[in-house]
Amino acid sequence: MTMTSDELGERAEHELERQKTFRERLHCCTAAGCQSCGGDAVRASLKQQVKASGVEAQVEIVGTGCMGLCSKGPLVKRESDEALFLEVKPDDAQALIEASASPSLEARRVDPKTHPFFAGQLRIVLANAGTVDPERVESYLAAGGYSALAHALTTMKPGEVVAEVTKAGLRGRGGAGYPTGVKWQLVAKQLNETKYVVCNADEGDPGAFMDRSVLEGDPHRVLEGMAIAGYAVGANHGYIYVRGEYALAISRLQLAIKQAEKEGILGARVLDTSFRFQVELRIGAGAFVCGEETALLNSIEGKRGEPRPRPPYPPEKGLWEKPTLINNVETFANIAPIITRGSEWFSNIGTEKSKGTKVFAVAGKTMHSGLVEVPMGTPVRQIVTQMAGGIAGGGKVKAIQTGGPSGGCVPEHLLDVPVDYESLVAVGSMMGSGGLIVMDETTSMVEIARYFMEFCMDESCGKCVPCRAGTVQMHTLLQKFCDAEATEADLDLLKKLADLLRATSLCGLGQSAPNPVMTALRYFPHEFAACMKPTAKGASS
Amino acid sequence: MSAKVKLATVWLGGCSGCHMSFLDLDERLIELAAKVELCLSPLVDTKFKDFPDVDVTLVEGAVANVEHVEMLHTIRARSKLVIAFGDCAVSGNITAMRNTFTVDEVMNRAYRETVAVVKGVPVGDDLVPKLLAKVKPLHELVTIDHYLQGCPPSADRIWELVTALLDGRAPKLERRFG
Amino acid sequence: MSVKTLTIDGKMMTGVEGDTVFTVAFHNQVQIPRLCHLGGIPDVGACRMCLVEVEGRSKLSASCMTTIEEGMVVRTDTETLREYRKLLMELLLAEGNHVCSVCVSNGNCELQALAAYLGVDHVRVPYRHPRREVDLSHERFGLDHNRCIACTRCVRTCDEVEGAHVWDMAGRGEKLHLVADLGEPWGDSENCTKCGKCVQVCPTGALFTKGSAVGEMEKDRSFLKYIVYGRERHQWVKKP
Repeated sequence: MTMTSDELGERAEHELERQKTFRERLHCCTAAGCQSCGGDAVRASLKQQVKASGVEAQVEIVGTGCMGLCSKGPLVKRESDEALFLEVKPDDAQALIEASASPSLEARRVDPKTHPFFAGQLRIVLANAGTVDPERVESYLAAGGYSALAHALTTMKPGEVVAEVTKAGLRGRGGAGYPTGVKWQLVAKQLNETKYVVCNADEGDPGAFMDRSVLEGDPHRVLEGMAIAGYAVGANHGYIYVRGEYALAISRLQLAIKQAEKEGILGARVLDTSFRFQVELRIGAGAFVCGEETALLNSIEGKRGEPRPRPPYPPEKGLWEKPTLINNVETFANIAPIITRGSEWFSNIGTEKSKGTKVFAVAGKTMHSGLVEVPMGTPVRQIVTQMAGGIAGGGKVKAIQTGGPSGGCVPEHLLDVPVDYESLVAVGSMMGSGGLIVMDETTSMVEIARYFMEFCMDESCGKCVPCRAGTVQMHTLLQKFCDAEATEADLDLLKKLADLLRATSLCGLGQSAPNPVMTALRYFPHEFAACMKPTAKGASS
Repeated sequence: MSAKVKLATVWLGGCSGCHMSFLDLDERLIELAAKVELCLSPLVDTKFKDFPDVDVTLVEGAVANVEHVEMLHTIRARSKLVIAFGDCAVSGNITAMRNTFTVDEVMNRAYRETVAVVKGVPVGDDLVPKLLAKVKPLHELVTIDHYLQGCPPSADRIWELVTALLDGRAPKLERRFG
Repeated sequence: MSVKTLTIDGKMMTGVEGDTVFTVAFHNQVQIPRLCHLGGIPDVGACRMCLVEVEGRSKLSASCMTTIEEGMVVRTDTETLREYRKLLMELLLAEGNHVCSVCVSNGNCELQALAAYLGVDHVRVPYRHPRREVDLSHERFGLDHNRCIACTRCVRTCDEVEGAHVWDMAGRGEKLHLVADLGEPWGDSENCTKCGKCVQVCPTGALFTKGSAVGEMEKDRSFLKYIVYGRERHQWVKKP
C-alpha cells in the first residue's frame, strides 16, 4: 500500500482524534536510561492497573522516548497538566491512574515549565521525545511526522531542499561542524547514477547518549531526515550504521523501517511519488573507530573497520566508491523541522556561526544528569550549574569535558564560554557529538587524561604507526604521572608524542587523541608537576 | 705535554663481543695507548678498588640486574663522558630478549628445565645479583653522551668515535643497529 | 592524459595526471622515506613515513596517496618532517622485538636501513617487548611476528598480485597482527599457493625462507615489475 501525502494528513488527524478520546494519557519513558532503573516494570504495572480499574477507554499508557532527566528515572509524564513524576515505582500505579492524592507521589512531582533542568531548554531535535510513541508510526504522524518529507517531495525541487538546508546554517552535529548544506551540495552535484545516504549512529564517546536517545525515542524522525536528504542529493539508498551495543535503538529502528515500508513512506514510490528510497540497517561490532566516516564506510562494505586516507572525501568517493552523504543522527533529526518551519526560523536560533540547538548528554558529578537541548550560544555554565544543578552535595565544579576522547577539558573559570563550534575550539576543547562530563574538585585531571588516552589506545585500529604505537607510549607516560614517577624528560616526551600524533595520524582518532592531555596540561599544569619526582643528579634526560 | 685522557671500559649485561671488537683495533691500540690511560677495564688487571674518576667510559651491555644499576650510577657520577658501547647498551638487544618472559620463567629455564650443575634456582644476594624485571638500555637510567651502535660496533667505528673525542670533533658515525 | 607540473623540494618536475607525489619524486631521484609503499601494489598510507608538506594544505599528506596537481609545491625533507619520521621510527623499533643482530634480514632490512638513514642512534621511548609468536608451520617459509611492522605489503601482494588473499590483519591497536586465512597456522592454509611473493615483499625479516641464517635473507622483488607490467598490458591474454 502506498500512502499519498493527503492520506498522510488524514492518518494524522485520525490518530489525534483517537488520542482525544482518552481522559488521561500517561507517558512512560521507555528509553534505555529509564529501562535500566525499572521503567518497564512501571509501565507494566500501569497497564495492569488500567485493566484492573476498568478504565481502558479513559486512560492510555503510552511508551515514549527519553524525557531527559535520566538520573531521576523512571519518569512518567501526565499529559493533561504536563506534570512529570520522578523515580516512579510500580506501586504508584493506582495513584497515577486514579489521580488520587498520594503525598509520596506529590513530593516527586515536578513542573517541567518551571523546573530548572527543563526551563532553559529549547527542544527541536527532542521535541517528540516524551510525547511520541517510538513504536507506533501513527503516533509520529500525529505529531506532524513525515509532513516535511511530503512537503519537500511535492512542492520543492531537490536543489531547493539543499538550498534551504544551506540557508538554515545547520552544521554537522557529529562534532566537526562541517556545514551540512555544503556537504549536501557536494553530493548533489556529482553526476553518478548511484549515490548513498549514510547515517552515522555509531555513537561511541564515553558518557555520550544523545543519538541513542533520539534513535530510541524518535526513530522515524531520523528516517524522515534521511529520506529528505536522499531526495535532495539524488540518492535512492540509505544506510544507518548503528553500534551493536544499542540493542533497543536497533529494534526500534528495525520496527520503524518496517512500518515506513508498509505505509509506503519508504520504498519504490515514496508517498506515491516517483522518488525511490530504501533504508538498511548495518550493525557495528563495537569498534570506536567505525564512527570515523571512512572506517564506517569500510565496515558497511564488509571490510575491516579501518579509515581510508582523505582525500578523496566521501561526497566524491564514498560507499563502494560512489558519492556518499554521511551525516550524524542529530543532524538528520534537524532536517524535518527545518523543512517544515523554514530556514529563516532555524537560522534565527543560535549564534552567528552556529545555528539551531545542540543536545548534550550531561553526566558526571552533577545533581541531575541526562539529556538537555539548548540553543547554540547558551553558556556552558548555565547547563552545568542551573540545568544540571551543579555538583551533587554542593561541591565545586573543577572542569568539564566535551568532545570525549577527541575533545578537551574546560576549566571552571572558562565556563562562561558559549556553546558554539568556534568558542569551544578556542578554549582548546570542541563541540564534539554532545557528551558533557562534569568533574568536581576531587577529580584528578592527570587521571582523566590517562583514562582518555587508554580509551584511544584500546580503540586505535592499528593501521597507522603514530596512533597504534604512539597512544601506547603516551599512555605509559601518563601512567607514570599517575604513579608519581614521572620526570621532566617524560613531560617533554609526552609533548613530543602529542605533537607527532596530531600531525601524522591517518584519521581523526589519532589526530585528536592528544587533545584531552593537551588541555589538561594547559589548564592544570600544577597537577602534572605534582606528579613528578625531583630529577636526580645525572638521571636520564 | 698535557696529562693523558683517562679512559675506562665496563662490561655490564652483554657478551663481551664489543670488548673483543675493541681489541680488533690491533696496532691502533698502540697509538691509542700513547694518548690515553686505561684506568679500568675487563681487559686489564684492576688497579682500583673503587671506580676511578675518568674522562670517558665505554659501557658495554645492558642493565640487567641490581648490580648493573648501582654500577651505572657510579660510572655516571665519576665519568665526564659516558658512551653506550654497542647495541646491548644502546637498545637492550640480545640481553633484553628475555624481557618477553618473566624473571621466574627465565630462572626456571636456566636452572630447572635444563641440565645444570646447581640444583634448583640459586638463592642469596651474594650468589647471583637479583635480576631486574626488565632489562633496560643505559639511557633509560642515566644520561648518555654518545651512542655507538653495532653488534658489535666494528673496530673502525670504535676508532672513529675515540679519535673524534680525543680530537674534540663530532664523530662521523654510521648509525646502524646490528 | 594531461601532464602536470609541480615543484618538489624546489625543483620543477612533471608527471602524468593521476601520478602520486611519491612516484613523481621517485622518478626524479628524490627518495622519500617509506615502508608500506611498494611500487606495483595498491597504497594504503599507513606507515606515515612518506608524509610531505604541501603548500596550502594545513595537514601533512602521505605522498604515496596524494595525486599531483598543477602548480603544487611540495617539500619532502624539512626539519619538522625529519623529526617526525625519526620519532615514528623509534615508535616502530620500540613496538616489536627488532633484534637486528640475530635477524635473518640483518643488513638487508628496510626498517634497519631507514632507521640508519633517519639518524636514529637510540630509541627515546621505552621498549615494549611484547610477547609474540613465531609461526613455522609452513613447509617453505616462516613468519616471525616479533619483526612484523604491520605494513600490510604481504596482505596486498597476496590479494592483488597472487590473487590468493591468504593474509589479513586481525585485532586492533597494539594487538594488531597478521593472520593466515581465518587465523590458522600458515602451514594449514588451503589458500596459500606457496609462491613466496609475500616473503619477497616483506620489508623486514618477519617473513622469511626457512633455513636462512642471520643476515642471509635477501629479498628479490623484480617479479612484481614483470607481473604488474604484463597485467596492465594484458600480455598473457591470447589475441583472437
